[in-house]
Amino acid sequence: MSTITTADQPIAITAPTDNVMEVDHLSVRFPVGGLFDKRAVHALTDVSFTLPRAKVVALVGESGSGKSTTAKVLARLVKPTEGRILYQGRDILKEEPRKASLTYRNEVQMVFQDPFGSLNPAHPISYLLERPLRIHGVVKGRQAIQERVEYLLDTVGLRPANEVKDKFPYELSGGQRQRVAFARALAVEPKVMLADEPVSMLDVSIRVGVLNLMEHLKEKQGISFLYITHDIASARYIGDQTNVMYAGRMVESAESRELIAAPAHPYTKLLLSAVPNPRAGLRTQEAPTRGEIPSLVDPPAGCPFAARCPHVMPVCRETMPGITHLAADHWVRCHLHGAGDAAAD
Amino acid sequence: MAILERHTTPPAPTRDAAEPLVRVEDLKVDYLSGRGPVRAVDGVSFALKPGEVLGLAGESGSGKSTIAQAMLRILQPPAVITGGHVHFGGRDVLDMSDDELADFRWRDMSMVFQSAMNSLNPVMTIGDQIMDAIRAHEDVSAGEARKRAQELLETVGIEAKRIDSYPHQLSGGMRQRAVIAIALALRPPLMIMDEPTTALDVVVQKEIMYQITELREQLGFSILFITHDLSLLVEISDRIAIMYAGQIVELAPARELFEHPLHPYTQGLMSSFPALTGERVKLTGIPGSPPDLRTPPTGCRFHPRCAHRMPHCSQIVPQLAEVQPDHFVACHLYPQSTPGGAA
Repeated sequence: MSTITTADQPIAITAPTDNVMEVDHLSVRFPVGGLFDKRAVHALTDVSFTLPRAKVVALVGESGSGKSTTAKVLARLVKPTEGRILYQGRDILKEEPRKASLTYRNEVQMVFQDPFGSLNPAHPISYLLERPLRIHGVVKGRQAIQERVEYLLDTVGLRPANEVKDKFPYELSGGQRQRVAFARALAVEPKVMLADEPVSMLDVSIRVGVLNLMEHLKEKQGISFLYITHDIASARYIGDQTNVMYAGRMVESAESRELIAAPAHPYTKLLLSAVPNPRAGLRTQEAPTRGEIPSLVDPPAGCPFAARCPHVMPVCRETMPGITHLAADHWVRCHLHGAGDAAAD
Repeated sequence: MAILERHTTPPAPTRDAAEPLVRVEDLKVDYLSGRGPVRAVDGVSFALKPGEVLGLAGESGSGKSTIAQAMLRILQPPAVITGGHVHFGGRDVLDMSDDELADFRWRDMSMVFQSAMNSLNPVMTIGDQIMDAIRAHEDVSAGEARKRAQELLETVGIEAKRIDSYPHQLSGGMRQRAVIAIALALRPPLMIMDEPTTALDVVVQKEIMYQITELREQLGFSILFITHDLSLLVEISDRIAIMYAGQIVELAPARELFEHPLHPYTQGLMSSFPALTGERVKLTGIPGSPPDLRTPPTGCRFHPRCAHRMPHCSQIVPQLAEVQPDHFVACHLYPQSTPGGAA
């Protein structure tokens, strides 16, 4: 595909790619301490991945692994220390260095974890959805805006839309609020949605509905999702590709089912073994690995998982392994699988 | 209208000869609000045997945490216990005086709270906090209490030398272990754990769950384990009670409940979390949302969301009945549940 046309408008494409977003060697460091303190939190180190058109890419990992920082960088809320973001083939950090353009902010939308904190309680749902429509000039005229509001509510499964739009956030349940958050993000017809733990605060019976909504939007509207979660089973459920993060690094990436069927990185294996599995039962299993994510303030050289890894070797404490490709859509960064096809940087 | 009255549910009998450790009977808790009382817990009965782990599952607002707080009598206004009994060791906790309660709490029944890692006092060392719990109940010297605090820390997998650490010096998982050590301090026969691992990462959660299981096997206490995470509950519990809108709708041995859920709500919950293995099947979840308890649905409270609802579901309150050995369910699909139906 060298030319890509989407339903609404042709987009200037420079790279003949089906990746709507490419993240290239992204690093984020936050300074800590005082003026003369040279230490830094290495929130993200050398993270690269792609977000194909109309796919769900999941980022899984524990808290502190850098998942949310990745989303914030892509939403242009955090400036990366190093790296490139190619959006539709354009190097946007270079083209729009200080602040993202309205177009970018329009096309790349974020949905947050907490539907109780992300909707202004003082306004009815219709107002919350009209605002982005007006600001971005998606549709014009009172009548058209009202129609679009109802269409959006209907799309996210809030029916009857003409009743829901007059409600206030407090009148809605958590799941309904999260659907409003999705409707608001959808209002500006985005191409990418960055969904940061969108279901983790919702009740169990409601979660699947929101996950299915994401899948529906992917299939029907061709939206690409970055789905951030700590729940690897849900990543398997809607994620086409799953990337595993640990201590600010991406350690493994594979097609979601492949990742779970044939995990290569010891951390991925640890993560999988920790998921409650009613079929197996807790009592029959051996004591789990101890330990938590190491401090990200000036981390030592080598693999960040070395301190917890059951297979640790001397080389692990010295150099970070490079990427080893195990299959077309499956790579790992682990010395057990070699030093890497490409030298580590 | 008599038929709409919810009858007192008999306490879920346990088949074993063992006398239950605690027996909750027809517990009712109201939250008083300007627009009248809201019944958060509506006639809940269950019993826990010595050494048993009973899981209590339900979504937010189902009343599971309220039950825990009622059992320890630590509910704060506007919540008021309006009926029922909590029988423990021949006494009714709900009739105890303040002095009796002060003695009862922590010695007989302790609690690990939701987000317990933040329930530690930030300006006291964890050692002092454990010693506090011990010396509030027992007349022991500071040295003796300190020795016991060290032992307790080791029991929960924290090195004894961390006794003088402040909470902020410990990781989330270690803080949670410290909180469990405090709950264990007086060796109570019953520990209530309300979402003890919800704020933790899965790997740490696994460690804590493993530790809890090990401690229970060593020390033999009972646990009332409260969580919304059904897969976690199936792993750790002997029996599980499923709550919906303030009532228990199903109660069964854990494995039985997992493999053969009978209530449509439980069945819906079971098809709400994606599996890690097997075919990737489209999950349906449960349509709709849990009801507003200010205006609970008539009849069966689940009927507006139920795929199997029948005309009388919106009129008659189903009762928790033993439809299979040890398997209790409150649903009109099972005639035993319908008042006046087949016995």
